[in-house]
Parts: sequence; C-alpha cells; structure tokens
Amino acid sequence: MTFVQTQHARRCAGALRWLAIAMLALAALPAFAQEAPDALVKRVSQEALTIIKSDPRVQAGDQAHIRDLIEAKIAPHFDMDRMTALAAGRAYRQATPEQRKRLADEFKSLLIRTYSNALNQYRDQTLQYEPLRAEPNATDVTVRTQVMRPGQTPVSIDYSMEKTPSGWKAYDVIVGGVSLVTNYRDEFTQQVRDGGVDGLIKALAAKNAGAPAK
Amino acid sequence: MIRMHRMLCLATMPGIVALLAGCAMGPTREDPFEPMNRVSYKVHQVVDGNIVKPVVQAYVDYTPKVVQRAIGNFFGNIDDMFSVVNDMLQGKGDKAGNDLGRVITNTGFGVLGLIDVAGSANIPKGNEDFGQTFGVWGIPQGPYLFIPLIGPMTVRDGGGWLVRGYASPVAHIDDIAARNVLWTLNLVDLRASALQAENLLNQAALDPYTFIRRSYLQRREYLVYDGKPPPAKEDEQ
Repeated sequence: MTFVQTQHARRCAGALRWLAIAMLALAALPAFAQEAPDALVKRVSQEALTIIKSDPRVQAGDQAHIRDLIEAKIAPHFDMDRMTALAAGRAYRQATPEQRKRLADEFKSLLIRTYSNALNQYRDQTLQYEPLRAEPNATDVTVRTQVMRPGQTPVSIDYSMEKTPSGWKAYDVIVGGVSLVTNYRDEFTQQVRDGGVDGLIKALAAKNAGAPAK
Repeated sequence: MIRMHRMLCLATMPGIVALLAGCAMGPTREDPFEPMNRVSYKVHQVVDGNIVKPVVQAYVDYTPKVVQRAIGNFFGNIDDMFSVVNDMLQGKGDKAGNDLGRVITNTGFGVLGLIDVAGSANIPKGNEDFGQTFGVWGIPQGPYLFIPLIGPMTVRDGGGWLVRGYASPVAHIDDIAARNVLWTLNLVDLRASALQAENLLNQAALDPYTFIRRSYLQRREYLVYDGKPPPAKEDEQ
C-alpha cells in the first residue's frame, strides 16, 4: 500500500468512527430520554437479575463487588437528595448544604449495603411487572412489581418515581406495603432529637462502618 | 394445653392492660407504652437470641427442606382456612371462594395440607386474618405493643390472635402430646420464616425497635386496606 492510500484509509476509518459514534448517540438519546418509568424498572431489574445469575463473584458472595455493581447500575436511577429530604423532613430543611451532602452520602451507603445483603438472600425469586396505570404526561408515578415465591403469597415491590431532566428516578421503594422512606423518617427523627443533624450523620457513618445495631 | 393457655393468658395480659389504658389515650400516639415496650423488646432479644433462635436455626439447618416445606404448607393450609372465614366476615365473596378452593384442594389432594397442590396450580394464596377483619370493621388499631417471644402487635391484632388461638383446629385435638407438638412446630415455623427478614433488619436499622414498629404498623395498614392504603402526608420542603 502506498503512503497516500494508507493516509486515505486512515482518514476514512477516522471519519467512519465518528459517524458511528454520532449515530449511536443520536439513536441512544431519544431512547433514554423517553424511556418510560415502567420500562426503566424492568430493564434495570432484568440487568440486575442477569448479573446475579451469571457473575461468579456475586455468587461467591463478594460483598464489595456487589456493592460496586449496585453503585454503578442501580444507584444512578435513584434521586438520593429527594429520598434524604423526605426521610429527614424538617431537619433536612434546616441543615447546611455541607450537612445535606454528607447526610445523602451516608444514607446512600447504608441503602447500598442493605440492598446488597437483600440481593444475596433473594436470588431464587422471579419478578412480575404490572402494567403502568398513569396519565401519559404524568411526572410522578408508582411502578408496581411482584416477587413470586413458590407456595407463598407474592410480595409487592413498588417504586415511587418522578420525572427529572435526566430521566425517571425513584425516590421511594415500598416492599409489601412498607415504605423505606417512611421507615427511615422515624429513625432519623429520633436521631436528630438525640443529637441534631450531626448526630444523625454520625450514627449513619458508624452503621456503615459496621457497628452493630444498638 | 393448660400450660399453653396460661402462656396465652400471660402473653395477652399486657394487651388487656393496654386496652384499658388505651381508652384514655388520644389517637395520635401509636406507641403510648414505649418505655415498657422497649423493656419487653430487650427481654425478647435475650430470650430469643439465647434459646429460641438457636433452636429454630438448628431446625432450618438440619431438617430436610422437604420436611420444612411440608410443615410450612400444613400451617399455611390452616391460615387459608382462616382466610376463608375472614374473607366472609369482610364480605369478600370472590376471595372466599378462591381461598376455599385452595383449602379443599390442599386438604384433599395435598395430604391434609402437607403439599401445596393449589400453589403449584397457581391459585393465589389469600392472606386475611381476624386482626385485618377488625380493621375493616373500623375498630381502631389501639396502642402498639411489643410482646416477648411473640413480637410486634397492636391491641387489635392481639384480639385477632386470641380468637384464632381458640378457633384453630390445633386447639381442638384431644391428644395433649400431639397438640403440644403441633403448637411448638407452628411457632418454630413462624419464627423460621422471620430469620431472613431479621438479617436485613439488622443491616438496615439504626434502632431496630423503631424500625420494627414502623414496618409492622405500615404492613398491617397495607393489609387492612388490601394493598391500597390511603396516602400518608409527605413532610417535604
């Protein structure tokens, strides 16, 4: 091949690659922007289930690895600031931006740790997705799923979701009628009463560092 | 059985005391006996952790899974019988028919309920009890109680358990030894089903007492309203 031909081929390849990337981006953008909340829940759940069933490190119970996966695959679909605001209530409104950030970070770690333990325990179950009942232009919906367990009453897992500029995000999970945010509201209120917002942050940090429950 | 009755009476004493005291309480506070309940919770932790849980864990670890499943199904079938009764008390004819179908199928074809034939045929399992029926009838839940060895409860649900304890087919078995074995198995089966949830609880909760209380009250409310509880008001900015 001559020098000129090589140069030409390289330039073509370069241009083609950019074209391909541009096309991918174009194809992906509307798909993600318009992904319906129930479709999102289904896609993320299926991805998670596939990983649980195929990843050898997950099956070996490698907690650190499981936490990394949840952080990468699932956590981005949650609005942690809203969850923290809902759970901490008045204390959140009175907290400084710095306290709010630390609170949200610690709360997120706690939820990820809990979730990774749950995944480990409930790996043999199948999920059913119920059709979404919502107005087409709704910005706040509940996506309902059911965990089917042989010989037992199914357990419902519902996701409260809101529309944000970066897609639909969950701000509460309701398992069998038990709302995570409502549960933590009691816990947070109690900690704030005992030690203020900093006391709450400290309690969460201690919990994340592996302190046993009192 | 006398011992069982005495245990039940002892267990329900705080409930009766609470019921009397609860009449004077305003409807806003769900847990007016929190200090007493927290003591009960500590007692429960000690007794359960040192005696009950090791026994139940051994049952889970060393009994063949088939046997555990059969025992669970057996008591599940009794639950289904009570679902039928409570469906009817709540005026839910369709669900009553469905649950009655489960009981007939499992009692007849599933060797007195040991095999969940109806479950294999995808007949959904109902989940109604007297506590829920009282709720549907509009009886308030009453004060929250934590009872050692039994767990979280409200006065309303405690009343439901009392009715059930006396009405259960197990209570009407004449052979005392057999009856006591069945009661014990029933409790072991119930406790075993809570082991997994307990691991999660310890991972998730800052204060397990509060966490259990809120979970229990939310769950019972959800069941009384058959999965459609009135929305709670949000405390957001």
